[in-house]
Amino acid sequence: MHPFSMIDNTALILLLAFSISVIGLFVFIWSMSNGFFNTKQSGANIIFAENEIGLVEDPAANQTDHRLQDAAGKTDAHLSAAELDDRLMADKSSAIPAFVCLLAGMCWLIIGSAAAIVSSIKLHNPDWLVDSAWLTFGRLRTIHLNSIIYGWCSMAGIGVSLWLLPRLLKTPLVGAKFVYWGAMLWHVALMCGVTAIGLGYTDGMEWLEMPWEIDIFIVIGGALMGVPLFLTLMNRKVDHLYVSVWYIGAALIWFPILFFIANIPNLHFGVEGAAMNWWFGHNVLGLWFTPIGLAAAYYFIPKVLGRPIYSYNLSLLGFWCLAFFYSQVGGHHLIGGPLPTWMVTLSIVQSVMMIIPVFAVAVNHHMTVGGNIKAVVHSPTLRFVVLGSMLYVAASVQGSMEALRSVNLITHFTHYTVAHAHLGMYGFFTMVMFGSIYFIMPRIVGWEWPYPWMISAHFWLVSIGFAIYFIGLSIGGWLQGLDMLDASKPFMDSVAVTIPYLKARSFGGSLMGLGHTIFVVHFFLISLRYGTKKEPAVLIPKVNIPFIKDAKITAQELKRG
Amino acid sequence: MAGHIDERKLVSGALVIIAIATLALVIMPYIQLKHIKAPDALKPYTDVQAKGRQVYMSLGCVYCHTQQPRDPSFAPADAKRGWGRASTAADYAYDQVHLLGTMRTGPDLLNIGARQPSQDWHLGHLYQPRAYTPGSIMPAFPFLFIERKGPAKPGDVVVNLPPSYAKPGITIVATTDAVNLVEYMKSLDRTYPIKKTIAESLTIDKPNTAKTSADEPAAETK
Repeated sequence: MHPFSMIDNTALILLLAFSISVIGLFVFIWSMSNGFFNTKQSGANIIFAENEIGLVEDPAANQTDHRLQDAAGKTDAHLSAAELDDRLMADKSSAIPAFVCLLAGMCWLIIGSAAAIVSSIKLHNPDWLVDSAWLTFGRLRTIHLNSIIYGWCSMAGIGVSLWLLPRLLKTPLVGAKFVYWGAMLWHVALMCGVTAIGLGYTDGMEWLEMPWEIDIFIVIGGALMGVPLFLTLMNRKVDHLYVSVWYIGAALIWFPILFFIANIPNLHFGVEGAAMNWWFGHNVLGLWFTPIGLAAAYYFIPKVLGRPIYSYNLSLLGFWCLAFFYSQVGGHHLIGGPLPTWMVTLSIVQSVMMIIPVFAVAVNHHMTVGGNIKAVVHSPTLRFVVLGSMLYVAASVQGSMEALRSVNLITHFTHYTVAHAHLGMYGFFTMVMFGSIYFIMPRIVGWEWPYPWMISAHFWLVSIGFAIYFIGLSIGGWLQGLDMLDASKPFMDSVAVTIPYLKARSFGGSLMGLGHTIFVVHFFLISLRYGTKKEPAVLIPKVNIPFIKDAKITAQELKRG
Repeated sequence: MAGHIDERKLVSGALVIIAIATLALVIMPYIQLKHIKAPDALKPYTDVQAKGRQVYMSLGCVYCHTQQPRDPSFAPADAKRGWGRASTAADYAYDQVHLLGTMRTGPDLLNIGARQPSQDWHLGHLYQPRAYTPGSIMPAFPFLFIERKGPAKPGDVVVNLPPSYAKPGITIVATTDAVNLVEYMKSLDRTYPIKKTIAESLTIDKPNTAKTSADEPAAETK
């Protein structure tokens, strides 16, 4: 007789939940005694030079007026020549590897958006583009997901991470060549993977569709792109690792492990495969994209404002809580399914516990921005990152609620979940990436964004488009869920009720796609140093002009380099 | 630098956390589910059905159709719609890649073979869903069929569309993929009763364990 059948159902659930909590408690105590949280508030200052606090920095903002600095408050803060040199050296070391990743991400953003819009229209025009197998909804939707997740989001995330590391560690990036090889492998593999999906070759599990033979190269490529993190860490000049480094470092460890275990062929079976599927599916969000998105937010919000993060302790506590709770929420995708109750219940509990780390982020970001709405208006970076950060909180609280059985009963299996997924991956992650890229690109190419109106157009198109998308699909999904639960109504009612909202989604999604096109065009224009050259160079804020002469690397040299 | 203490904390912390998560959500279910055997009434997929299952996967049917009716104590509408009793882990013993699904843009299909055993219906429905279900938003799959001018040849699997959808002089012939896919769907039938054993009750997620569908006769799914 199988050993588990000897134990009563409820006892087993309690036993497991209890043991996991105890393990968690021990890990927590161990980490406390090892000084994980013995950090001083001074750790928050590590992203600034000695006298820099108070000085705003947003290369995407208008550099010829002082409105952003005025909004943040007058200051005599400044960088010394040596500090400026270090900063420029750091930015120079990461410029090309980060650019390679971002450029690739841009291409995937366009491919993924196009596939998304066509898929969306197909849901209310089911006889449109039906003559080719690769254009059928089931394949095109999957091409959309894989292009966006492994193309746009992962590449933007890695690009932004690589660019942040030298600044966070005050050390030039070591091992750029690993990035080139890694990015090349990753992209060739991803192109093959997406083509395979179009041709109908799939491993069949959501988020894991690409054939495992191709996945091998994604794992190797991803690992290679993570190498510079460790090489740079080994050479770092700072004593303390800023909270963003914790997030990025952990994410780069987690992703290859997750992706590797999930893709081992012939290991997973039956419903165990489903448990693994959602352990992976939700950990890609929780242990890969969320840490990178938060790392960027924890850097750019204080950096743009010239104001250290409100509670540094809280940010690190938030990191470990997020890692612990988020890593176990995957089972909430299987509520009501043919899986062990204890596993699903564990995931529900941890989903609700996620409120703790989310609250930590919410308090910290809110207190750091401190209602400085003027700065948000004048800084394109902040506009996107703060919006993304707010939507992170919204998406997380919504996710905790959706994990409750009573709510899940209505929302599971409906478009409501799709809207929620986009609130996380788009509202939060993609918005933060947009903001980060606006900050980074002028530093990479030594050139200002040529057309500020394009940044505004991008912002409003994607914000309004996404609002229509999210609100429409959430309402449609909720109504769909209610109709589906009412057995007195024919099933087709639950389909018919969604049609207007699916059309709204296509409309909102098209606005988002238009916004992306403007963004990508602008990205290519700045890359080609299009438009009129402006003085002073965006590299050094006006306040620092006296120091430019002393700095060893000038903006001019940086451009040539 | 003090020997990179922070790095060690980071790496060890990250590894411990992912180990706990993998233990809870992958390894424990693996150990528990490994021993579950297929019910006697459930037969392995035939070669043709297995090929059809590949077509089901390759066309992405799973993105709109679940294969997991839920327990009446949790979601009574599932059984009332004729989708069948709550499934248990044993019902998926032959599913090498699970197709539980997360979306019900269309209905649950775990027992579609019992609900709709007609090959004609399935083939016609794949060719043009709206000929059978007005208002359906399922894509048409004309690429799974050959439109032939004139009469059928020997060996052709001819699709008999409702008269208003039939095109005069054109014979619609199903490809092997279409036939295999339909064979797979016809095989989807988990209406056999299940014995309520502790091992099986462990493998349905339901909040209310006092009453289970397994205590009742399997829902009539016709």
